[in-house]
Amino acid sequence: MKKTVCCRKQFYGRAFQSAEHPQIVLAGQPNCGKSTIFNEVVGYRSIASNFPGATVTYTRGHVRIFHQTFDIIDLPGTYSLTSMDPASVETQRYLLSQHVDVIVNVVDSSILSRSLELTLQLMDLEIPMVLCLNMMDEAERKGIHINTDTLSGRMGMPVIATVASKGRGVQHLFAETLRASAAKKTAHHILYSRHVESVMDDMNRHVREAFKGTSGYPQRLIATKLLEEDQYFIRMAREHKPDILKKAEQCRKQLVSAHGRPADQVIGAERHALSMSIFESVALVEKPVISWKERADNLLMHNVWGYVILFAVMLSFFLVVFQFGALLEEPLVTFFNQWAASIQISPPLLSFMAKGMFQGIGGGIAIVLPYLLPFLLGLAFLEDIGYLPRVAFLLDGVMHRLGLHGTSVIPAVLGYGCNVPAVMATRILETPRDRFIAALIASMVPCSARMTIIFGLVGYALGGIYAFGIYVLNLLVIIATGTVFSRLLKEDTPGMILEIPNYHTPRFKVLLSKTWLRMKDFIIIAWPLLIAGSAVLSLSEFFQWTPFINRWLTPITRILGLPPEVGVTLIFGVLRKELSLLMLFQALGTSDVTAVMTQAQIMTFTIFVVFYIPCVATIGVLIKQVRLKATLLIVLITVFWALMLGIFTRGIAALIH
Amino acid sequence: MVMRQTLDRVALSTRVEVVDIRGGWGVRQRLNQLGIHPGDHMMVKRSGIFHGPVLIAIHGCDVAIGRGMARHVIVREIT
Repeated sequence: MKKTVCCRKQFYGRAFQSAEHPQIVLAGQPNCGKSTIFNEVVGYRSIASNFPGATVTYTRGHVRIFHQTFDIIDLPGTYSLTSMDPASVETQRYLLSQHVDVIVNVVDSSILSRSLELTLQLMDLEIPMVLCLNMMDEAERKGIHINTDTLSGRMGMPVIATVASKGRGVQHLFAETLRASAAKKTAHHILYSRHVESVMDDMNRHVREAFKGTSGYPQRLIATKLLEEDQYFIRMAREHKPDILKKAEQCRKQLVSAHGRPADQVIGAERHALSMSIFESVALVEKPVISWKERADNLLMHNVWGYVILFAVMLSFFLVVFQFGALLEEPLVTFFNQWAASIQISPPLLSFMAKGMFQGIGGGIAIVLPYLLPFLLGLAFLEDIGYLPRVAFLLDGVMHRLGLHGTSVIPAVLGYGCNVPAVMATRILETPRDRFIAALIASMVPCSARMTIIFGLVGYALGGIYAFGIYVLNLLVIIATGTVFSRLLKEDTPGMILEIPNYHTPRFKVLLSKTWLRMKDFIIIAWPLLIAGSAVLSLSEFFQWTPFINRWLTPITRILGLPPEVGVTLIFGVLRKELSLLMLFQALGTSDVTAVMTQAQIMTFTIFVVFYIPCVATIGVLIKQVRLKATLLIVLITVFWALMLGIFTRGIAALIH
Repeated sequence: MVMRQTLDRVALSTRVEVVDIRGGWGVRQRLNQLGIHPGDHMMVKRSGIFHGPVLIAIHGCDVAIGRGMARHVIVREIT
């Protein structure tokens, strides 16, 4: 994927934009609790999880605090201001091109020394800042005691300690933030060692002469970034003042010859040394007590037990969702069917439509929600406790066989919830090739909508073991597809570097809010579609369009050995996967599918629906993430697999009988 | 004589010092971002099977580094 840069706009961007309300930006390293703080003030709007890179795009919230209105922007976490993966590029672009009144630099206090490296870079932006030492309880547990006053003195900005997960200190933080925003005072630069500063001086001078203050960016920022060979700034310089690149080259050579390392490493090391020395001067470190975290890791990341537990966790997750859903599904379906049968309205057209819509409403409550609710709760729990990065560690070796690395496990696991955020999460990967393969995999993972079809149809009619079988088959197909594409697109993946965060005890309220936020998506977007879809289907039956569509789709239904009436449901499935299931009931005129379809047909239908074309929403994000061509390729691959596996299932079933 | 080796070959529970990072701009940046610079001390806590990653403790946090990436990091044992 080539990134096209609209340079002029960004070049003159920052200085000239103004906003209605003061703009507060939350910036910090991944997994330091930005989204938790955001949610604490704005209400649960931004999905916060316990893995690095949970937020891949920014969320804006509008709040009134202390009788004043503000915009709060939750940016994706980034380790540095250098553009590496799309998530950190987004952060960098935002900070460089949008109007920002004050930056709240959120820091995980338990890893203060490393986090300060980003703080030093943010200071180069010359925007008023507040340093938020979050997770102070975690730091204390690790035996790190931080003197916030001394730190505030060294950094030249307010420093506020918080424990956002418990809401502690957040009010104070925003009071200070508003004060800093009003004062418009920026901190002084903290200087590097003498030789590096002398080279910086030269570079600063070149920047001043070249741009004469027209760039809209602080001088020192441009100078540092050109020395570090940041692509964004190199491109900007090439476009506007190409001469400065040669000067930057000379300055870099000076650094290389004096320090024996590439220039970007020299600057990186300077920031590192500064952060360490600041940390040492403000923190008192005691020996930490060996926590249960170590003990848990010894088990969960163990070379044997880790995998056993992973398997057990996945299996029990599956069983709980299935059992819980099945328990509710049957009585609810019966209830709604009886109710639907009792509807008698004239004229017949109205009655048709009413029944259709009613089936849409009932289908949502009886078949989708019973599985969706426990699934989303369980996923939220696994995310918040911090299990996913451990899974990434365990599966890194396996993922390499698919030509990816362990980090790509995270989008894949998210895919079981919904493919849309899963495809978006591929942005934490570095290369376009990795992102393509991960997006392909993510869109093949059976999401919770498809889960309702697997459980509601196959699980219900054939039994849980067959439902589980579909998941295993899906996994095998994904492995095969991944392997083929990683061989075709030969290129070394850069390999995994993933921070393994501490475990957090999830708060029930937060789990519920997160589940609700995700359910809302179903209720607001999918459900109306289900209801409208049901109504449209009723109408098309009333006007006799359905046979026409079905006839058009007979090549597919015939090759799969399915009743021709199901043809139309496949079309609806592209809109939302659950629609296929509900439409099926309607097309067949009953929710007791076993009466009209054989077990083989049910299995074939489900497998086809699980594998074919991602839903419209997923296609939408795919186009955004991997472009149209790759999206079409993914669609073709899924259709190919759906047909192959559908025919295969039909064949196997015929053999057995 | 100080033994130099690549990070992927270090025995478990050994404390090592980073001597050099051999790799291009991207590799250097990514390792630097997670606080891994020449001169830093770290300990190898865990090593995954199936050619899996190594888990290191550095500056009080755990970082998993894929084996291919670990090969770029030259370390020496601290005695």
